[in-house]
Amino acid sequence: MPEPSAAQRRFLKKRQQKLRTVTLVRILIFLAFLVLWEAAARLGLIDAFIFSSPSRVAETFLSMASDGSMFRHIGITLLETLISFFLVFAVSVLAAVLLWLSRSLSRILEPYLVVLNSLPKSALAPLLIVWLGANMRTIIVAGMSVALFGSILTVYTGFLEVDPEKAKLIYTLGGHKKDVLSKVILPGSVPIFLNTMKVNIGLCLVGVIIGEFIGSREGLGYLIIYGSQVFQLDLVLTSIVILCVLAMLLYQCLSAAQKLYLRKL
Amino acid sequence: MNPLLKLSHVSFSYHEADGETQALSDITFSLDAGKFLAIVGPSGCGKSTLLSLICGLLAPEEGTISLYGLPFQEAKANIGYMLQRDHLFEWRTVYSNVTLGLEIQKKMTPDRLQKVDSMLETYGLSEFRSARPSQLSGGMRQRAALIRTLALEPDLLLLDEPFSALDYQTRLSVCDDIYEIIKREEKTAILVTHDLSEAISAADEVLVLTSRPGRIRKKVPIHFDMEERTPMGARSAPEFQSYFNLIWKELNSHA
Repeated sequence: MPEPSAAQRRFLKKRQQKLRTVTLVRILIFLAFLVLWEAAARLGLIDAFIFSSPSRVAETFLSMASDGSMFRHIGITLLETLISFFLVFAVSVLAAVLLWLSRSLSRILEPYLVVLNSLPKSALAPLLIVWLGANMRTIIVAGMSVALFGSILTVYTGFLEVDPEKAKLIYTLGGHKKDVLSKVILPGSVPIFLNTMKVNIGLCLVGVIIGEFIGSREGLGYLIIYGSQVFQLDLVLTSIVILCVLAMLLYQCLSAAQKLYLRKL
Repeated sequence: MNPLLKLSHVSFSYHEADGETQALSDITFSLDAGKFLAIVGPSGCGKSTLLSLICGLLAPEEGTISLYGLPFQEAKANIGYMLQRDHLFEWRTVYSNVTLGLEIQKKMTPDRLQKVDSMLETYGLSEFRSARPSQLSGGMRQRAALIRTLALEPDLLLLDEPFSALDYQTRLSVCDDIYEIIKREEKTAILVTHDLSEAISAADEVLVLTSRPGRIRKKVPIHFDMEERTPMGARSAPEFQSYFNLIWKELNSHA
């Protein structure tokens, strides 16, 4: 590669500086938040018993980490989220394929899907507990219920947006509908799959937490409800902070997968 | 001997909730093996519908289409169809794009693949076998799309405005390329286009269609007095302008 010109180097340097500034400001905001929170609690501006403080959160985390109980709760929530995430993905691709295969089926089912999608899924959680019992299965179903219908609709709409001329190409090459599906629709929808998964992982986490609120003895959702009931707000806030980190990590994993796919192309 | 393709009194309409549109009416023509036929007409004259009928994606409402004298269903002739855009799939390499047809028809036999290899070699794409389509130029993409069609060894090749997505300069040279490939592989071809010069420069005969519903207005045989005909050479031949004027008049006589 030829040596970049002086102007190009200046441009790159400037760009680098801007990126660095963005990262720096992000970190500063976070630190300022921590410092203000801690200071406000110590100076008595807020009641540390109700609002907790960074040091109390850290303390709670460390004490629960030392007896391993924290990791068990995190692990349970993570496991339930991942299981419902993968089930949502499998079921929504399968359902979207069926809808795509039969235009009549999709027309018949469309209003039902729209209604189920716009229903606030947390309303279902108490029913699920009664129907399925207070166990992990219920929580996985609750996690799925939040993401599933939106996911089916997004994937199906993605299938419909594939250029019909590409399908025509398959027919002109002597292919049939199954070839359109396997050679065009599915491979052409990978970007949509990845985008949907990025949305789904967050929604599954929401559903799992709702499920744990009302039907669990383990997991971060349980810790939050338990903590608020016994007025241990340090525990509630610690769990929320961990949830933040967990949600971010899961999202970043999928972003990384997406980048990997784009680079491979 | 029976002509490769024969259409007798073919008509076709599209039916939709808000009414029907007659796309083609009473189309009759035949095409001998090894010939190059161009079909020109105003937009909406049913040119693409005609190709879809010939390759069996649509069935005529009236009239018959026969191949080598046999009805379409029994003929089992292979018809290659090249669409307006190349539609090379970005998630496949160039090589797996050109072998897509073979893959679909489960004909990935060594001799077929060898034919593909030699076409890639001849038409300057062999170094790009494992490249992605986005790394190819417009002309190369078009050649790859043609090889994808030729890999199935079609008896008849249908070209639906295959150059319309290209800029003018590329278009002229790709037209030459494709013409040369078709002649070298001894293929029979039907080219649909709205570009008169393109039709005259490449074809042995030009069919002029009327606007909706498409009917045949005139059949114009084209002949150039030259040793090695190329579309580019034909464009500067003395007869070119008179063919152009003749067909231009036909196209505009009722418009």
